[in-house]
Amino acid sequence: MIKAILIFNNHGKPRLSKFYEHYTEDTEQQIIRETFHLVSKRDENVCNFLEGGMLIGGSDYKLIYRHYATLYFVFCVDSSESELGILDLIQVFVETLDKCFENVCELDLIFHVDKVHNILAEMVMGGMVLETNMNEIITQVDAQNKMEKAETFIFQSTRQDR
Amino acid sequence: MALKIVKGSIDRMFDKNLQDLVRGIRNHKEDEAKYISTCIDEIKQELKQDNIAVKANAVCKLTYLQMLGYDVSWAAFNIVEVMSSSKFTYKRIGYLAASQCFHESTDVIMLTTNQIRKDLSSPNQYDTGVALTGLSCFVTPDLARDLANDIMTLMSHTKPYIRKKAVLIMYKVFLKYPESLRPAFPRLKEKLEDPDPGVQSAAVNVICELARRNPKNYLSLAPLFFKLMTSSTNNWVLIKIIKLFGALTPLEPRLGKKLIEPLTNLIHSTSAMSLLYECVNTVIAVLISLSSGMPNHSASIQLCVQKLRILIEDSDQNLKYLGLLAMSKILKTHPKSVQSHKDLILQCLDDKDESIRLRALDLLYGMVSKKNLMEIVKKLMLHVDKAEGTTYRDELLTKIIDICSQSNYQYITNFEWYISILVELTRLEGTRHGHLIASQMLDVAIRVKAIRVFAVAQMATLLDNAHLLTGNMQRNGICEVLYAAAWICGEFSEHLENPMQTLEAMLRPKVATLPGHIQAVYVQNAAKLFATVLKSQEGNTDSTAAQETSQLMIDRLPLFVQSANLEVQERASCILQLVKYIQKLQQKDVEVAEEVTALFAGELNPVAPKAQKKVPVPEGLDLDAWINEPPSESESEDEQPKAIFAKEEPKHSRPRHTEVDEKELARRREARKQEQANNPFYIKASPSSQKVYQEAPGVEHIPVVQIDLSVPLKVPGLPMSDQYVKLEEERRQKARADKKKKEKKKRKEKHSGRGKKHDSGPESEEDIAPAHQVDIVTEEMPENALPSDDDDKDPNDPHKALDIDLDKPLADSEKLPVRSHRAAEALKSPAEDGETENAASQEPKKKSSKEKREKKKDKDRERKKSKEEKKKKKKHKHEEKEEDLLGGQADESVVQSDETSMVAEPPTSTSAEVSDLDFWLSNAPVPSNTQEAVTVAAAAEAAPEPEAPSGAAPDSEPDEPKDTEMEETKSSKHKKKKQKKEKEEKEKKKKKKHHHHHHHSDGGGEESVQNGTVEEEEPLPPMSNYCLLAENSYIKMMMEDIEQVYDIQGNLQDGSQVVVSVIFENKCDSFLKSMEFNVLDSLNSKLQRPEGSGPHDGLTVPFQLPPGVSNEARFVFTVQSIVMSQKLKGTLTFIVKNEDSSTHEKLDFKLHFTCTSYLITTPCYSDAFAKLLESGDLKGSSVRLEGVNMPFHHLLARICFHHHFSVVERIDSCASMYSRSIQGHHVCLLVKTSGQTVCIDAKCDEPTLLGNVLDEIKQTFSQC
Repeated sequence: MIKAILIFNNHGKPRLSKFYEHYTEDTEQQIIRETFHLVSKRDENVCNFLEGGMLIGGSDYKLIYRHYATLYFVFCVDSSESELGILDLIQVFVETLDKCFENVCELDLIFHVDKVHNILAEMVMGGMVLETNMNEIITQVDAQNKMEKAETFIFQSTRQDR
Repeated sequence: MALKIVKGSIDRMFDKNLQDLVRGIRNHKEDEAKYISTCIDEIKQELKQDNIAVKANAVCKLTYLQMLGYDVSWAAFNIVEVMSSSKFTYKRIGYLAASQCFHESTDVIMLTTNQIRKDLSSPNQYDTGVALTGLSCFVTPDLARDLANDIMTLMSHTKPYIRKKAVLIMYKVFLKYPESLRPAFPRLKEKLEDPDPGVQSAAVNVICELARRNPKNYLSLAPLFFKLMTSSTNNWVLIKIIKLFGALTPLEPRLGKKLIEPLTNLIHSTSAMSLLYECVNTVIAVLISLSSGMPNHSASIQLCVQKLRILIEDSDQNLKYLGLLAMSKILKTHPKSVQSHKDLILQCLDDKDESIRLRALDLLYGMVSKKNLMEIVKKLMLHVDKAEGTTYRDELLTKIIDICSQSNYQYITNFEWYISILVELTRLEGTRHGHLIASQMLDVAIRVKAIRVFAVAQMATLLDNAHLLTGNMQRNGICEVLYAAAWICGEFSEHLENPMQTLEAMLRPKVATLPGHIQAVYVQNAAKLFATVLKSQEGNTDSTAAQETSQLMIDRLPLFVQSANLEVQERASCILQLVKYIQKLQQKDVEVAEEVTALFAGELNPVAPKAQKKVPVPEGLDLDAWINEPPSESESEDEQPKAIFAKEEPKHSRPRHTEVDEKELARRREARKQEQANNPFYIKASPSSQKVYQEAPGVEHIPVVQIDLSVPLKVPGLPMSDQYVKLEEERRQKARADKKKKEKKKRKEKHSGRGKKHDSGPESEEDIAPAHQVDIVTEEMPENALPSDDDDKDPNDPHKALDIDLDKPLADSEKLPVRSHRAAEALKSPAEDGETENAASQEPKKKSSKEKREKKKDKDRERKKSKEEKKKKKKHKHEEKEEDLLGGQADESVVQSDETSMVAEPPTSTSAEVSDLDFWLSNAPVPSNTQEAVTVAAAAEAAPEPEAPSGAAPDSEPDEPKDTEMEETKSSKHKKKKQKKEKEEKEKKKKKKHHHHHHHSDGGGEESVQNGTVEEEEPLPPMSNYCLLAENSYIKMMMEDIEQVYDIQGNLQDGSQVVVSVIFENKCDSFLKSMEFNVLDSLNSKLQRPEGSGPHDGLTVPFQLPPGVSNEARFVFTVQSIVMSQKLKGTLTFIVKNEDSSTHEKLDFKLHFTCTSYLITTPCYSDAFAKLLESGDLKGSSVRLEGVNMPFHHLLARICFHHHFSVVERIDSCASMYSRSIQGHHVCLLVKTSGQTVCIDAKCDEPTLLGNVLDEIKQTFSQC
């Protein structure tokens, strides 16, 4: 199970947080801070696994992260997930973002966090991996965006009618 | 009016959207909080408007603010409003917001039930998808209960997109509403074979999560997963399945054996590192589960280690990390294979990555040997000095202590070195582990007698320099070591060089700043020191010195009397008064030293930490009953188990009378006291236990003084461990030299060098003689000690509720709550179905065969229908889907058995599935390879009853014990008819039957293991299934009841395998090693030896025995014919190794394979039993036992226990019993008793076997 997915930048500013278990807002922020603290002090070429976040999990849990340019992608998972598998998943996630936003950069995530959520929802659901095939993910995301566009169009036209 | 509308829409155009909000926040970096609060006010305004678009926009912004840490739960209702919008755009916004901030205690959630249900059944798949995604985050028990059925319906949706989401969310539903698991499970299982890989993967995912927590319930799915594993190409699915197998193998070693090969293939073939890694992990798990005595899988382990080495050597830090992680798992069971990669692991200790260093540290634990311990620890000490963060340093500290103290300090050859390491560690500032160091100091000082002189000297230095340790003690855990130091100096004060100085150090005013518990120890031990000092001073003629000492105490103690700590205060007051009294006496010139010393006389011995907790209540002892004895007796109770463990147990567990009279009690008590008197580990009031140690040659004579000179004690610094490394090197060299000398002249070395007492025998590199005798109380627990703290599961674990037997047929009451009328109707038929099935299993007699056949047809029809439905792709969703569900219970199992055995028989009960599993496991070929499986099965068919008479018999036999629910219900007439019919159903059918057969003997195997359960039911005299094999002054061998793990494996050539457990107990006080177990094979019975060894080679017993220890080894024998009892001659050879010699010893024994031991306790139903007797192919025999003087139920229990029978029926003084042999012979007994005569009528299809079994029974009762 994946317990949480966090994206934050080099300064620890959250860009996306998805917790698959309930925490209060304060705890969530604390977890983000703690995770950032743990992850940010690590060198570039050390391993991507980290044990021992105090707030989340316990001994069974691991932080698996990747660092892309200005962003950290952190997955907090338990022992039922394969470590290397999750690393792949992060890669798929980032590549998907790259496809959907066309050369994704931090700004895309800043201004379109809702879209990032929607893409993530096609990959991970309730803490379990739903889909790992990038093409399939993009197909579904596109189809939904198309639907949304159609609706906005109708919506706008009705608005203009009035 | 129109204007107003225009104005409204213009307003709306100027509303901030999410992007504006984000931009705004970025532009207000200085007063972010203020800006956001105005934004929230705006949002509140927006939420008040009717326009859903505005609301959605507001909610979208709130979701963003929630991420920044703002509580938005106040808008929960608005979120629900947005969720219920008909537009997908808004709906999605609403569900996203809900998934981010709803949780179980959000009260508006209950308003959403109907909305979610509506969305779930929406014609638009994305509406459904969004609802499912959202629900997965905030599902509550109520929602789960109300929506379970809807989601289950979606599991068979036409669109794979919905199916996979529905399947995944079921896991969350199960967690919240465990009752849904059983009804939904069949369909979930079905989804494992969904044509869409995504759905399949989702189903695998869910089942893996479920099985991870409660693996045993999912064992029956193993064949299916195995098939998936061999067929799937999706690495995600493979990884999950392989992980799942890792969880299952500990429960079923046979599964492990089956897995090894395909996993090895995958390891060789895959290019995906993730998959490779998981394969290696699971192979390790398999090897761990097989490690108990099974033939070597050294090739597999070698492969794993090899692959892991490649990972560790990789430049990718991730692989390195994982490699080390997996290595540590191997380490537990196969330390040897890991040790060969020591270089690599030591190298990782220098890695710049902390995670990797930590993992390498874990591995070090298994890397050490006597030879390299010092070197490794030295390296670690260097790291300690270099370590920057306290976490890593603390980790290092604990590891150093772990490594050194493992298995009773096995690898420490020089305890002076170890003490100095500990002392060196005390120099760490700010460590949290002061208490750890302290407990090690105490442990070593108490248990290693020879080190006390040295330890005391070191501790005195520590006390003297306490100010160094307690610099800023408020946050300093290290002052804990003073606790140990004070205690050691006090308790062993006779070794102090200058006790007066230490006494002064302990009474310094600064001590009062230490934590209370340490002060208390200081005070108490100051008193002990005082006693020692007095003793030495009174020896001199000058009495003033002694009086000065008393004065010192009287001056300093009041400081402690004022302590706020109660303990300190109390002790100080007592001791102060005592000293005052002593002073008075001294002034009268009375010699008091002797008496004062007597206050602290006596040796304190170490006791295993949980020894007392683990003491089981001895047989025949009622703790509540009043004992006519002074209460002091209760103390000795604590020690009793040790005696039991040593040798009393076998005797005592078989008392002739359940009630023990007073005399007997007294006698036992006497015996126990005697026992304790001879037990070195028993704490006695008198210091006589010392004798035991003195007998150990030369402990007292170790010239430790020598070292003391080389220790810079006079330097006010602390000692350096490095010196001891050098000293130890010298010592070892010297020992080596001595050894050479010894070769020239025997026994000369006895007087040379220090620490010599152990330096004897061949000094192989691995057993370097330790410099000190470790006096260790092996923490053995009584044999039947209660596992007191195994069960440390979290009671709040939601997964506990999911520990549900999934194989039981579904009961009517269990179906999911259904709302819609139509669905309810559709569900009715499966409910009926379930009911009838239930009825069938509970009251089989009421059912006519006609009904049954009809039902069968019915089922067939249903099955066909459901299959057709599947083909039609389920166009008419509701009705058909419900009906499909109806097929559920029967249908899904059919699907399964279809692949494994191609048999279409309606599986009705657990036994069917389990037997499938058993068959699958016991059968070597892969299930997909049906052709082969069939032939093997056919061959196996013949095996169990090779001499069965022709006619109906061969069929009826295997039938009986198995399908108890169905077959037995019919009269034999009907049955034969049916059998004819069955016969026409080709071989397949036969094979299926055979599963049952197999299953039963297997199930019996388990039963016999749990034989003890019989005892629980009635108050019975205890029985032991251990019998003494042979015994001499060195070793005792006991054999446990023979136990068969495998039944016939499909062909007669293999014969049957039986496993014999032998307990070896070391009775002498020397080390027993290189034990070899050998048996002279007979034509009929052969010891299974590893491949490549000759028929007369012995088997090495895989352990060594330190003094007083016992261990169990298992040996596998192949037995051809089981109708006769057998005696096998065997020998055990071993090397007795003590301090100065090692001798080869031999012990002959006879293994007695009774016929009884080939019987397996097998439950049998009375009607099956009756039919068995009716069938007429059993030969009868009978036996009479005279003078049996025991209650009838004891008699039965004895037969059950010693001869592996089970009671079929008991009426008054008459009982029928049943058992079957490992080769499938039925043995039926009718036991009648009148007075002291017991009459046993017996029937069996193998008269020789029966005769022998009866003889054995007779013998059992003649012995008592």
